[in-house]
Amino acid sequence: MIPAAFEYHAPSTIDEATALLAKLGEDAKILSGGQSLIPLMKLRLASPTHLVDINGIPGLSGIREDDGFLRIGALTRESELEESELVRTRYPLLHDTSKVIADPLVRNLATVGGNLAHGDPANDHPATMLALGAEVVAVGPKGERRVPITSFFTGPFETSLKPDEILVEIRVPMPSARSAGAYLKLERKVGDFATAAVAAQLSLGGDGTCEHVGIGLTNVGLTPIKATRAEALLKGKTPDETVIKRAAELAAEASEPSADLRGSVEYKKDLVRVLTARALRKALGRATDRR
Amino acid sequence: MQVRLSINGEQREADVEPRLLLVHMLRDVLRLTGTHIGCDTTHCGACTILMDGRPVKSCTMFAVQARGKQLMTVEGLEQNGKLHPLQEGFMAEHGLQCGYCTPGMLMTSYAFLERHPSPSEDEIRWAISGNLCRCTGYVNIVKAVQHAAAKISQGGA
Repeated sequence: MIPAAFEYHAPSTIDEATALLAKLGEDAKILSGGQSLIPLMKLRLASPTHLVDINGIPGLSGIREDDGFLRIGALTRESELEESELVRTRYPLLHDTSKVIADPLVRNLATVGGNLAHGDPANDHPATMLALGAEVVAVGPKGERRVPITSFFTGPFETSLKPDEILVEIRVPMPSARSAGAYLKLERKVGDFATAAVAAQLSLGGDGTCEHVGIGLTNVGLTPIKATRAEALLKGKTPDETVIKRAAELAAEASEPSADLRGSVEYKKDLVRVLTARALRKALGRATDRR
Repeated sequence: MQVRLSINGEQREADVEPRLLLVHMLRDVLRLTGTHIGCDTTHCGACTILMDGRPVKSCTMFAVQARGKQLMTVEGLEQNGKLHPLQEGFMAEHGLQCGYCTPGMLMTSYAFLERHPSPSEDEIRWAISGNLCRCTGYVNIVKAVQHAAAKISQGGA
């Protein structure tokens, strides 16, 4: 399969890249890891006439804690996230997610920024970032702005990024002492999109009640879904079995899957219920261990 | 667009269209046909090569993205007429039947053993989970990688 012809640009600075994007407008696409875009171009589902390759711009990758946030450069490869000791020990939800995105070969090129900016509700990071309460940093010709992840996904394959903006960084709030998360994904085979997946993040107060709860759902709607009613139910309560089961039901109600080869609507909704309960239990176990 | 890169330690150069996929440059322009094209949809891993030491799918990269990079393809495994322990392992343990996935399996396993010289069976299965084989059921591929790991640790590489 041969993609349609395009003009290739390889800017070496952000300014150069945003100026190019501003000039080329909707005809241009940003090439990051390329692991979603290139397959779409090969199938001719996307035929941009210009590609702006940002891989040669220094300073766009790396993982560090700073200023109250885990700061992930947009060009950070999924495999770097997976291998990061900092992520493994402090951000188990992110570590879980990084291990189940596509397959190990794809993860060597695929980027965290691309996984979000692509706006695919079947991608894994969107739900995770919703659960973590992350924000993304976008840079355009007029400067930098920070976008809360809750207002980032505007539709299927649509985000609030403007055509001349580049996502440069993801910021995840640093976890409190007794907090943890988990990501559970059911996939038919390694590399497939999720039949459904659930990201859960919990912070426990000194009395064992939930101070902060985040629940994100993958591939069960036109956008990634934040299960806000389930979160609200858990907040301020001790997460016992009764509360977890009820929260899982609310998460299932929040899902809006469509039937496909991976399963029926009923099956996927029930899967969300089961995965939510399991993810909450796992997050709770991990948060308790950190006491 | 001019692309200069290193393949198996040798400097190569070609003038290519930006839309040319890396695997097509390797096979059709540079005539390195050891790298296979399987699914052509980023699923199977038959086209796996190493770029700066990391295994990647060469059907899901443009050749222009590899400018200035160090690539290694299956042709680079054999040294001075001597097969790499992985190649010997795949022969000794019957790690292939039709052979279509083999170049990708070899390159993924090569990069994996560089980083994990004494892997468990689970770690091997995890490492090759992006490479599909429709013949073997993977059992003999895992044995072949174990064979190579043992040989390399005895100084056989």
